[in-house]
Amino acid sequence: MFRRSGGECVAAFAIDEVRVLRKVAGEVVDLLTDGFDRTDPVVDRLFPDIYPDLPEDSAEFRQYTEGELKTGKIDQAGAILAALPSDGPGEVRLDAETAEAWLRAINDARLAMGTRLDVSADTDLGDELDDAVLHDPASSRVFQLSVYAYLGYLQESLLNALPEID
Amino acid sequence: MVGMALPQVAPVETPEVEEVPADDRPWVTIVWDDPVNLMSYVTWVFQKQFGYSREKAEKLMLDVHHKGKAVVSTGARERMELDASQLHGYGLWATVDRA
Repeated sequence: MFRRSGGECVAAFAIDEVRVLRKVAGEVVDLLTDGFDRTDPVVDRLFPDIYPDLPEDSAEFRQYTEGELKTGKIDQAGAILAALPSDGPGEVRLDAETAEAWLRAINDARLAMGTRLDVSADTDLGDELDDAVLHDPASSRVFQLSVYAYLGYLQESLLNALPEID
Repeated sequence: MVGMALPQVAPVETPEVEEVPADDRPWVTIVWDDPVNLMSYVTWVFQKQFGYSREKAEKLMLDVHHKGKAVVSTGARERMELDASQLHGYGLWATVDRA
């Protein structure tokens, strides 16, 4: 988890954390590049219609903005990959600008996972995780849910470690 | 049969109501509640994106959370489109509409 050290946000990651973060950041990049699919609900959530009742206006607007938005999101995810140790545990130190990219990228990853996991306003992550473990502790759902929860804590810690904006 | 004489009604001139042309009416950017984004993150985004104070950003975030949506900026259509697009960059669910 992140803490503030001088002007930077610092975190020491175990090897499992490094691997998980590399995996989720890589998945976001893939989703936005080779795996890009307009019919994917995750893409729908990351690039919502700007005019929900005017599909043509939304499509026209998208035509002009989607490329830049996509590039921004790929760069954000890239900032995570660039700052992490290549393989193995290690410390990550982020200046304000990189910390912002991390925040945005962690959020994209959480949106992607949350959409796949069908997270809703009523979802209690603890209950979901208990159910999933009871059902099959080795399931991919247990892994996905725990990573999703982990990313939430990590994002919150990074927000708390940021210098105040005011 | 009772006949009724129609009263003589002089036509009254109604003053023209000055209507604001539709194109001059302001537009708004709306942020919708979603189950994934952290409350602290949404507050931070409003501060970053609009330069709002922490108090104002928090109030807006709570409006989104409790009412399901909130108007976060008002102005010309192009400006609102830019705001919404930048909010998409942060992962917020933003749309544009007429005020």
